[in-house]
Amino acid sequence: MARKLPSKDVVIIGLGWTGAILANELADAGLDVVAIERGPWRDTAESFNVGYAPDELRFAIRLDLFLRPAQETLTFRNNLNQTALPIRQFGSFLPGDGVGGAGVHWNGQNWRYHPTDFRLRSHLTERYGAAAIPDDLTIQDWGVTYDELEPFFDRFEKIAGISGKAGNLKGAIQPGGNPFEGPRSDEYPLPPMQMTYAPTLFAEAARSVGYHPFPTPSANASAAYTNPLGLSMAPCTYCGFCERFGCANYSKASPQVNVLPVLMRKSNFEARTDCEVLKINLDGSGKRATGVTYVDTSGEEWEQPGDLVICCAFSLFNVRMLLLSGIGKPYDPATNEGVVGRNYSYQTNSSVQMFFDNKTFNPFIASGALGQSADDFNGDNFDHTGLGFIGGAGMNCVPTNGRPIQTRPVPPGTPNWGSAWKKATKESYSSAFSMTSQGSSYTTRGNYIDLDPTYKDRFGRPLMRMTFDFPDNDIRMSSYVNDKLLTIAKAMNPRQIVANKTGRPYSVVPYSSTHNVGGAIMGADPKTSVLNKYLQSWDVPNVFVMGASAYPQNAGYNPTGTVGALAYWAAHAIRTQYLKNPGPLVQA
Amino acid sequence: MSNYALTRRYFLGSTTLTFLFGGVTAAGARTISGQPPWTAFTANPPTPELGNGLLFFIPSEFNTVDAIVARLIPADELGPGAREAGCATFIDRQLAGSFGTFQRFYMQPPFANGTPQQGPQSANIPHVIYRTGLAALDAYCRATYAGKAFIALEAAQQDAVLQAMEKGQAKFEGAVPAQQFFAMLLQNTREGFFADPLYGGNRDMIGWKLVGFPGTRYDYRDHVSKHNQPYPLPPVSIFGRPDWQVKG
Ligand SMILES: Cc1cc2nc3c(=O)[nH]c(=O)nc-3n(C[C@H](O)[C@H](O)[C@H](O)COP(=O)(O)OP(=O)(O)OC[C@H]3O[C@@H](n4cnc5c(N)ncnc54)[C@H](O)[C@@H]3O)c2cc1C
Repeated sequence: MARKLPSKDVVIIGLGWTGAILANELADAGLDVVAIERGPWRDTAESFNVGYAPDELRFAIRLDLFLRPAQETLTFRNNLNQTALPIRQFGSFLPGDGVGGAGVHWNGQNWRYHPTDFRLRSHLTERYGAAAIPDDLTIQDWGVTYDELEPFFDRFEKIAGISGKAGNLKGAIQPGGNPFEGPRSDEYPLPPMQMTYAPTLFAEAARSVGYHPFPTPSANASAAYTNPLGLSMAPCTYCGFCERFGCANYSKASPQVNVLPVLMRKSNFEARTDCEVLKINLDGSGKRATGVTYVDTSGEEWEQPGDLVICCAFSLFNVRMLLLSGIGKPYDPATNEGVVGRNYSYQTNSSVQMFFDNKTFNPFIASGALGQSADDFNGDNFDHTGLGFIGGAGMNCVPTNGRPIQTRPVPPGTPNWGSAWKKATKESYSSAFSMTSQGSSYTTRGNYIDLDPTYKDRFGRPLMRMTFDFPDNDIRMSSYVNDKLLTIAKAMNPRQIVANKTGRPYSVVPYSSTHNVGGAIMGADPKTSVLNKYLQSWDVPNVFVMGASAYPQNAGYNPTGTVGALAYWAAHAIRTQYLKNPGPLVQA
Repeated sequence: MSNYALTRRYFLGSTTLTFLFGGVTAAGARTISGQPPWTAFTANPPTPELGNGLLFFIPSEFNTVDAIVARLIPADELGPGAREAGCATFIDRQLAGSFGTFQRFYMQPPFANGTPQQGPQSANIPHVIYRTGLAALDAYCRATYAGKAFIALEAAQQDAVLQAMEKGQAKFEGAVPAQQFFAMLLQNTREGFFADPLYGGNRDMIGWKLVGFPGTRYDYRDHVSKHNQPYPLPPVSIFGRPDWQVKG
């Protein structure tokens, strides 16, 4: 039997990016807030010490800061005909664990989704007619618009100290920025980072073939910065240890740097670490959450009652939490009914690698989001008539590191070992780089998440099961945009160009991105969404679910800029509407 | 709406709760409120894996692994290789740590063969892969090369054995397929060649010098805009550099 604790106004599950944002906003509103986090406390000075933060083996290979599959994993299969097997070692995506969540060890490429992304089905229908949308795609509108979210994009960018150059200020196109972006109310809080050599060449080449490159919006600070909460960031030192590492310089935006020092000083906030929430508890009606049950490291169970429960457990684990708690009807691909687990999607990435003679790129001088991008073939920025697919991809040249256990390009055909391998490794290390096309991922009826019938976690509860493969539409899209990258590559005139196009079947082995989205999606209709436009559960209105699980499908961008905007948007709705009148903010 | 002061008293008044939530160590559930906790020197530094002696291998196993890594990344005209870098010592230390048992991975049954896209599904942990693999390797060599163990073979013969393992042509006795063993050997050798010297490999930063990786310098602001110019400074590791050590 779980021991019952005194009730709180707000119980937050997970203290990563969204948990920290929601906790701080709701504590500011005077509420008594507890955040329950399954992993350990982490703080820059204690945990990401500059003396040993740059340790590739420990952090990037043994994945010291990440969720360990022994604690929680999921099972995977490509399609309904296969038997799912557990992901025993994480590969394709790497979920976070501990205070700060994946916000500790992200890269910091910080995007706003395009205005048309939020009205995807409506927009495409208006422009091309309904018949242009392939039958197997279950894409839909988000139920919220870019204009509604704009002030909250701006808020997150200012909290996180994003470095970049506006391309569209209130409708006026700005030189040097992304001319395709949605209108912004304000410039980025910091100017772009200094450019390294490879992205500089990329930008010149992209311009020479008629595209519109701009500095990738970066959560690695280009200069010293103090955010609206009064928290300071130090200038990035281009150390090349971003993704998979905590930043020891206070330069990469994270909950630790940009929110927690203020939140932790609030007497009406409490963090409980190394405590894993098992489920959200419901009352007899099933329409109201009464709090959560969690287990601490000694194995003891606690019941934490609360008036409002906010699930901030990262997109995949939000979906599992809802499934395990019986909130919302689970999706069934056979009948196409139910919503929880429906519309899981990912990111469709391809790349082009180039090997040069007589060039030195110093790949170790880098940061997770330092580079150049071009959006000419992202989303619906180009005419899709007759192309045979919808969607698009950002073209990015963001060489994030030269850490040699992982980043050692060699030309295809090189032996895996011996003197020939050694020679190729030495020659290519500093004279090669890659560009990627980061593409949209559109949903199908067969790609979804549910609970696994066989495999269990350490508490004996079913693991979640992912069923996913790339739809034909996305393969065609990715191939098309990657060919555009090839034209940029050719303009740089390298010795050798190698295209790596995404193909089926999707594999959970090589790292691709931790951009798992959907499964607890937002929308306008409770029959096809789990959450309303304020990220509030249709079924249990005192439960809100943050994170990219709310995305009905994915766009050709990294998710967190939009995750942050949605978190501020939901917090605002809770503060200004829900607290006055707790109940559904949208009538079903 | 609950009362914060009351909550505090509840916690402070209960011995169980104080035990569970009141600790300041990194391990164990804790409750943090009112200020960000920070205790100097409580962070979790890495443990240097230097020193003498073996932690996992027996000497004959070590010698075989040392001979293997010397073929995977050989000493040649480009400089020293994995043997000189101490990769066998690195592997010994890794096997003695959490990697050796796949402690962090999901190792619950049932184990079933899946598609390559479903990722590794083997129940073999590195301890088993190395111990069984090394025994099978010697048995294979003795059967193929007139009773000679791997370390007694000519370099060209050793390369032929490693190639047969890599391609899955060598048939190994026991539960560890040659290909699985080879893949782990290659992965660990590369790790040992390029990881911080802290872990027993990459001695004298041999691996980093080969490619020109400056290691843990952590601040390149001076050089960011010096496009296409080689970085001038030699590498440093988490320990610093040998020439920084006080001699005598
Ligand atoms: C290697 C890597 C690189 C990335 N790079 C980028 C990038 O460049 N750009 C970008 O936009 N995004 C990037 N991301 C994604 C980004 O990190 C996430 O989008 C973001 O952190 C999501 O915020 P969140 O609050 O939803 O989840 P998180 O920040 O992960 O926080 C979730 C928290 O909930 C906790 N939790 C989960 N389950 C429970 C439970 N049952 N009980 C208690 N606590 C629980 C977790 O331990 C975790 O701390 C990257 C991610 C990774 C892993």
